[in-house]
Amino acid sequence: MLVFCLLVVVIFSFTFDPGSTYSKEAAPGILWVAFTFSGMLGLNRTFSQEVDTGSIHGVLLAPLDRGVIYLGKMIGSFIFMFLVEFITLPVIIIFFDLNLEGHYLQLFVIIFLATIGFVAVGTLFSAMTVHTKTRELMLPILLFPVMIPVILSAVNATASILNLEEWSKILGWIRILSAFDIVFITLSYLTFDFVVEE
Amino acid sequence: MIKVKELTKIYNQQFALSGLNFDIDYGKCLCILGPNGAGKSTFIRILSTLSRPNQGDIFIDGKSVFENPAEFRRKIGLIAHATFLYPELTAAENLKFYATLYRVPKPEKRADALLKTVGLAHRSNDRVRTFSRGMQQRLAIARAILNEPEILLLDEPYTGLDQSASQLLTDRILELKSENRTIVLITHNIQQGFQLADKIAVFKEGRIAFEAETGDMTESEFQQRYHEIIAAGGNN
Repeated sequence: MLVFCLLVVVIFSFTFDPGSTYSKEAAPGILWVAFTFSGMLGLNRTFSQEVDTGSIHGVLLAPLDRGVIYLGKMIGSFIFMFLVEFITLPVIIIFFDLNLEGHYLQLFVIIFLATIGFVAVGTLFSAMTVHTKTRELMLPILLFPVMIPVILSAVNATASILNLEEWSKILGWIRILSAFDIVFITLSYLTFDFVVEE
Repeated sequence: MIKVKELTKIYNQQFALSGLNFDIDYGKCLCILGPNGAGKSTFIRILSTLSRPNQGDIFIDGKSVFENPAEFRRKIGLIAHATFLYPELTAAENLKFYATLYRVPKPEKRADALLKTVGLAHRSNDRVRTFSRGMQQRLAIARAILNEPEILLLDEPYTGLDQSASQLLTDRILELKSENRTIVLITHNIQQGFQLADKIAVFKEGRIAFEAETGDMTESEFQQRYHEIIAAGGNN
């Protein structure tokens, strides 16, 4: 995940002249392309190893509400993805010569909320697609259309932050991301049992 | 009493179970026999709540197992052909992980005790992927009985086991029987099934084709009856 994410950032950075205004304009999009595509690699593996070895049934047999298993998987995916983003962010700041001027907290909030939304839906869809033959292909095909609100909000909010705009300018995007997170975590928690049951 | 009522499961527009009705008494061992595709494993998967029926229900003391499946899962242990173990974890780590999931008190002590019981104490810190099939199945036995289940479900548990592992499993089943645990055993070995069971049922095409108490007939009588049922077309 981390290597892929860094590679995306480095390859895109080569396509622009150093310090050009175009690179700064494209940076929010590139940042989220790197995050979402590397996150997809992680989500594809959320259930695949356990399904391949059969150990997923051992977990499903445990006397737990299966929503708890979903939350555990989601939190695990979130930690990995957030770590990758945390390591990649300084690299993209250096390669694209970005200036955050104290707007780190805003960017942290946007990355945090968007990543939660991404893994909330991604974990559920990963459980849905893991039994299909073309699971690596199916997951992005199903997931990206649903993720449009998250990706649009995250890219626009990141662009506002990089333009050093105030909190009030990104508040609308924060509301959209928060609403998406609450709705999809709740829905996924409630439907996970039916997704994993045969 | 476990009461199975009108249990129906459809896969790809084909009936895996077709209105199954029967009872399992507490503290008894039921052996289910039948040809491949008869619905035996489907039944175990539904009974273990891994799968949900299209129609019908399973009742324990009058309550549907699907009303509070998490509570029901606390009472069961499942040994299947697949071991449900994590190959990258050690034997002890696997047992501790499952003991924690089942909220077994003092998981480390319980894991160590069970590793001794199944004869794997000397390999407790080795990764499961380095184990032979027989050793993995021994560990799977330990995993299934971690929570001291009231109901033990065994889906062809003898597959791939060497003689000593088979004996260990048989001993364990007999021990659980003596403790009045309910056992549902699926096997293709008629002799083994007949010797262990109190009641025997033959599944065919998603229905019960025959059921009897093992005390009511001899093993050879049952063998003959079983082959007649399997050879006959349609349900008997």
